[in-house]
Amino acid sequence: MSIQVILAQALLGLNAGVFYAMLSLGLAVIFGLLNIINFAHGAMYMLGAFIALVGYSYLDQWFGIGLEVGFWPSLILAPLVVGGLGILIERTMLKRLYKLDHIYGLLLTFGITLILQGLFSNYFNVSGTPYPGQPDALSGVVNLGFMYFPTYRLFAIVFSLVVCFTTWYFIEHTKLGSRLRAGVENPQLTQAFGLNVPLMITLTFGFGCGLAGLAGVLAAPIYSVSPLMGADLIIVVFAVVVIGGMGSIMGAILSGLALGLVEGLTKVIYPPAASTVIFFLMVLVLLFRPAGLFGKEK
Amino acid sequence: MNHLLKGIVGAIGLATAALPLAAGAALSDDKVKIGVLSDMSGVYKALEGPGAVIAAQMAIEDFGGKVLGKDIEVISADHQNKPDIGASTAREWIDAKQVDMITGLDNSAVGLAVQGLAKDKKIITINTGAGSSALTEEQCSPYGIHYVYDTYALPVGTATAIVNNGGKKWFFITADYAFGHSLTGNTSKVVESLGGEVVGNVNAPLSTNDFSSYLLQAQSSGADVIGLSNAGQDTVNSIKQANQFRIVQSGQKLAGMLVFISDIQSMGLDIAQGLQFTVAFVWNQNEETEAWSRKFYDRHGAMPTMIHAGVYSAVTHYLKAVKELGSDDGDAVRKKLGEMELNDFFVKGGKIAANGSMLHDMYLVEAKKPEESTEEWDLLKVVSTIPADKAFISMSDTVCSLVN
Repeated sequence: MSIQVILAQALLGLNAGVFYAMLSLGLAVIFGLLNIINFAHGAMYMLGAFIALVGYSYLDQWFGIGLEVGFWPSLILAPLVVGGLGILIERTMLKRLYKLDHIYGLLLTFGITLILQGLFSNYFNVSGTPYPGQPDALSGVVNLGFMYFPTYRLFAIVFSLVVCFTTWYFIEHTKLGSRLRAGVENPQLTQAFGLNVPLMITLTFGFGCGLAGLAGVLAAPIYSVSPLMGADLIIVVFAVVVIGGMGSIMGAILSGLALGLVEGLTKVIYPPAASTVIFFLMVLVLLFRPAGLFGKEK
Repeated sequence: MNHLLKGIVGAIGLATAALPLAAGAALSDDKVKIGVLSDMSGVYKALEGPGAVIAAQMAIEDFGGKVLGKDIEVISADHQNKPDIGASTAREWIDAKQVDMITGLDNSAVGLAVQGLAKDKKIITINTGAGSSALTEEQCSPYGIHYVYDTYALPVGTATAIVNNGGKKWFFITADYAFGHSLTGNTSKVVESLGGEVVGNVNAPLSTNDFSSYLLQAQSSGADVIGLSNAGQDTVNSIKQANQFRIVQSGQKLAGMLVFISDIQSMGLDIAQGLQFTVAFVWNQNEETEAWSRKFYDRHGAMPTMIHAGVYSAVTHYLKAVKELGSDDGDAVRKKLGEMELNDFFVKGGKIAANGSMLHDMYLVEAKKPEESTEEWDLLKVVSTIPADKAFISMSDTVCSLVN
């Protein structure tokens, strides 16, 4: 296999990896702070993509108001809307479950996923609708020497990396971040210091969902926007989180990127295994390092 | 008691098979009831689903609403793509609701389950939606008819036409399950028998998100044609991503093994243009097809897929057979349908073969360029006609136990 082919496939793997990283980052933040396994994360990702699609293609058609929300505004609006919905879900439903076992939160969010998917399947083509709003500035291909790579995908990689590492920096190296971590470590004590822990929890859940929504907008021009796009991805992302270590921020980012690469190379070496290689690694990690590569044993 | 009576009548009917009209010279339960069993809410909804119910109703209205002076009724249900739900619904329809014919049945697993059940109950199924050629081959049934297309007709038609037009070297991207392998297998045979060559194949897992890796492998293989042996979301994603990497613009052709007009409509012509595939029906092919399709559009809000048109045609011909016979007895109607030549806007000179396959012409179509399209649904142009004897498995090659 030539070095060119390997580089090309590695770049495509990185492309998938940044989406894994963004989604597993959100999951890890939510799990770390709320102890909730948010199964609805995939649905939030799907929702982000649909908000971009509806804003661009359907607002005018449905309401006849001649309004078109382009890609750039969607990049800000969709995470806000999805984050808002996350906050609503947390305030009205999830907060009642904190005292119960993890499994109840998982079941609730799984139910929410099914409802959202069902709703969207009713109105949109399940095979997927292309998002036509990719900005002109990002269309076309870039010659990287070893391959021609679509400009938009390059943008998505860089943008996601910036978002991931900014989030990591925020949580690990700012004052607000340290308060968040304190809230995770010992909620009672943190509250005793006068910090509003329930508010922090709500906002964190909203932020995690917003990240998924942002990933959805970024994915819309690359993949097709379909009601099941999140369901296909979320299982892999859970595996990424398990490999990285539940609750570890940097672990989620790095294992997301690395597993994207591994999957990308598998696609050339032995394609039928591409969808299973991550789960195979997950089994190995669970056998030999149950807390995950970056997690701490409790 | 009623069942016992039916059983006795049925037995007499069998015993006097030489006189097919003697036993059932009237309609069972004074009514003809047609069941449309389809995916009403899932992945195949746009292909068949509620549109198929509308098509069946249109067929009945155009038939006059009555046959032999008795009412014709349609009932419908959602099989949710689950063979057990499909089979139990069909069982209830046949045992408790006196359904005389079941149509629709998209999803091969459901189609095979219901056809098997209906075979034991001597009820005719006319499958318009599923692809699997097993319906008329390995698991063929004396009461089962496969009406619109199958996994033989689509790839074979497409491959024949493309190889003859100079696309000799093929690379396949295959959905890694039975359906995808059967598409690639059938197509490879045709490509090689016509002097073409298969230069590569990747088995991509079902519901792959990103096909670009496979597309780049196809690109560097030097193939003329990239065959997409997948369906639905996988097909849409591969075509879309081929567009991102400029595969078609750099000279390779894409060939879809299972594509519907609704896929093209959802993809848009910017992306889909130039894609070649095989269908049984194009709504604006001539005045006759267009007239019916516009009526359908007014009620459904979308132009008909080949399956919708097929349901109308299947129901119409079933009713014709019942009318000419004066009976809705399964054995007699199936025999009559086998003798008839089927003609309407959907099919010209169609024949239902002994294995249940409805033999009719298929069409190789190409997605238009955006500037060639004159309206929202004006998406396809017919490249060539694939005659019925080339499109379907011939009776000398079939493995169906009912033949020979």
